Amino acid sequence: MPHDGHIHGNDHDDHSELSPIALRVRALESLLIEKGYVDPAALDVLIDTYETKIGPRNGARVVAKAWTDPAYAEWLKKDATAAIASLGFAGRQGEHMVALFNTSDTHNMVVCTLCSCYPWPVLGLPPVWYKSMPYRSRAAIDPRGVLKEFATELPTATKIQVWDSTAEIRYIVIPMRPEGTKGLNEEQLAARVTRNSMIGTEVLS
Amino acid sequence: MNGPHDMGGFTRFGPVNPEKDEPVFHADWERKVLALCLAMDASGLWNADVIRHTRESMPAMKYWASSYYDIRVEGHISQMLKHGLITEAELAAGRALVPPAPMKSVLTAANAPAVLARGSPYNRATSRPARFTIGDRVQSLKSGPEGHTRLPRYARGKRGEIAAIHGAFVFPDSSAHGRGDDPQWLYTVRFTASELWGHGNGDANMIDLWEPYLEPA
Repeated sequence: MPHDGHIHGNDHDDHSELSPIALRVRALESLLIEKGYVDPAALDVLIDTYETKIGPRNGARVVAKAWTDPAYAEWLKKDATAAIASLGFAGRQGEHMVALFNTSDTHNMVVCTLCSCYPWPVLGLPPVWYKSMPYRSRAAIDPRGVLKEFATELPTATKIQVWDSTAEIRYIVIPMRPEGTKGLNEEQLAARVTRNSMIGTEVLS
Repeated sequence: MNGPHDMGGFTRFGPVNPEKDEPVFHADWERKVLALCLAMDASGLWNADVIRHTRESMPAMKYWASSYYDIRVEGHISQMLKHGLITEAELAAGRALVPPAPMKSVLTAANAPAVLARGSPYNRATSRPARFTIGDRVQSLKSGPEGHTRLPRYARGKRGEIAAIHGAFVFPDSSAHGRGDDPQWLYTVRFTASELWGHGNGDANMIDLWEPYLEPA
């Protein structure tokens, strides 16, 4: 994948050091602004939203609430879109949410083999690996092999369900609550929830 | 179509390399691609299915060698060229050479948060009853259409079971080709890994599929 540092790492302000794609995007940006199709201030708002405001801490709050509030967990199972919206997380790429609860019998793992569909309001923008050819190609056929690359091993008795986001339903995995967290409050629990555990490539310990 | 985007089941793209403490963006141009694409979506000149079809129509070797943001921006550039918003010469020059096309709406900093928060719901009303119910055995089509489809190759001609009914949703195979929303019932179908791959020890693949992709098994 051409997504590592030495290809994209040279984007300094010096024009001569910009990669061809960086130059093309700069030309496009200038052109769209000059033609009045985009508002530069709107671009800043969009970037700031996904770089600093919307991210996996949102999903972690959903998970922590599901662990501590049985009525909320039930709501999440029945109508995840509404239950998640009640915490203030809704909108683009999260219009139709489904929550997948991991158990000791069943582990859920999410992929988009056809593009990179991902639940933005709860997890933010997807990491590079989620959008990469290796994950998109092998998650469906070899989930256990992929999990090993995340240093995740499941008991052989645990069955895996791989969810392919082929439609506009967006999935969030509710990982199992780790042992020894009984005394923790919702905020402390949320701090234990990782992004990857909500995609299903990690289990919490 | 059998495009390069239909990745499920390949095994030779190498290992997944999760990056520790990964930043949201790896270069400034990626930030700009995200923002420019989201802002231009407000033009209303295309929808998500049109954009997906445009991206997956990229030549296979180019698609497989390109990064996510590269594929993303090229999809939008193709649509902007097609709709006459920009020209190749303008893109090469980085400045306007012909007057701008009229735009129905331009995303502003003031309305951007509300537009993102609203999203674009894809569920639609339908008067037709659902053909299948939970637990029904179904078989997927053996081949996809000539154009855009969300029936992945690895799930064609396979037997599964209806696991969930989501309601009627915009049908991508129609929506990507200017044939309107054409709402169709959407299901999650459970396929055993052994049905799809010949192995799997009880593992399963859960795939969201529209009614026209399915026949009773």
